Amino acid sequence: MPKIKLPTKSPHIDMTPMVDLFSLLLTFFMLTASFRPQEAAQITTPNSISDKSAPDKSIITIDITKDSKIFFDFNRNGLTFDRTGKEVADTATHYRKTLLEKMGERYKISFTEAEKKKFDNGTSFGMPVANLKRWLDSDSPKEKEAMQIGIPNDSADNQLALWVRFARLTNPNAEVIIRGDGDADYKTVKKIIDLMQDNKVNKFNLVTNLQKQEAKLDE
Amino acid sequence: MAEIIQEEKQEKGGRKKPKKHSTDIDMTPMVDLMCLLITFFMLTTAFSKPKIMEITMPEKDQKQKPEDKTKVQADRTYNILMAGDDKVYYYKGLADPKKDLPELIKTNYGKDGIRKVLLQLNKNVFKQVEELKTKVLKGELVMADSVLNRKIKEIKKSDKKAPIILIKADDKAKYKNIVDIIDEMAICNIASYAVVDINSVEEDMLKTAPK
Repeated sequence: MPKIKLPTKSPHIDMTPMVDLFSLLLTFFMLTASFRPQEAAQITTPNSISDKSAPDKSIITIDITKDSKIFFDFNRNGLTFDRTGKEVADTATHYRKTLLEKMGERYKISFTEAEKKKFDNGTSFGMPVANLKRWLDSDSPKEKEAMQIGIPNDSADNQLALWVRFARLTNPNAEVIIRGDGDADYKTVKKIIDLMQDNKVNKFNLVTNLQKQEAKLDE
Repeated sequence: MAEIIQEEKQEKGGRKKPKKHSTDIDMTPMVDLMCLLITFFMLTTAFSKPKIMEITMPEKDQKQKPEDKTKVQADRTYNILMAGDDKVYYYKGLADPKKDLPELIKTNYGKDGIRKVLLQLNKNVFKQVEELKTKVLKGELVMADSVLNRKIKEIKKSDKKAPIILIKADDKAKYKNIVDIIDEMAICNIASYAVVDINSVEEDMLKTAPK
């Protein structure tokens, strides 16, 4: 019986189209990715079943760490809504800069243009206003981290309340997001919520981790 | 002689044909790397957006007189008290110092603890909502998510006997405790609940509560 000879095919596949597609995808994802900014402190948020996504524009973020330090952030991802509700980049509105100017005026601290610019591009911070200038000027990351001792929020010197008030004045559309560590004291959270309510904020967004849970009714 | 000829031959053939290199490059490592990078970027973009839980607090109005405050029906009211060390208690009705204080019942945050209690209390609403949801899942009913959510809201509102939950935490409670409890409200489809301040009577009750 004659053997049937199978045509020998090269084991190589032409990968060019695949590589083309991959490079396109890669470029797309690299350009659209917005990285989570450097966080001032490690925060483990509690779990919940809520699958709502946080708004990423026009937000006032208040971080509460495990040891009840408070950090403040405004327009975290550099995007915001302007007064008419239109989406703009914060580089156009400079809300953060305005906020810093207002705060500086209140505490009689004058910030230089360079400092204002740095603050404009910055993220969350947590220190008394008096140290803010030094923090903005400092270049060493270690020194900067050591300065993050939390925003004072006791009744004698409630700077957090002022930050919130001025942020709301600068951008009335801003929503409040509370990002608390699961092990933070409820007392601190309550203090913040009370403070917000004094500033006429009644709706809060608590950042949580999504974790599905089942509930069954047994007879 | 033969050797010389051979040498000559070699010199003659000096125009060596350049070795033919294949024009194909092995792209496997590049593709591998790209795969990894794509996965990385896809995952980071998808998960960088945090999830949130919305909570609306009752408005604080200093001018409001105590008499005007929303009255809740005592027989529908259940209070959840949270203390330190992940302890949680509940009691029915209102704590009135002039009358006998209601008994605190100890429970826990697990699914056999407070969730069981809440589900029993909210049986009617929960059943209806679940029925509606399974119908939609099975495809017996076709509706948009917004319509479904509205229907669920209607069901929640319709039950005039559903429990009203007051959530109260003392100063030693942790933040995650309160998130857990608010989460249970969502899981058990509780229509009306509020986070309110703990009062002194309840603080005293917690002190004498079973350990």
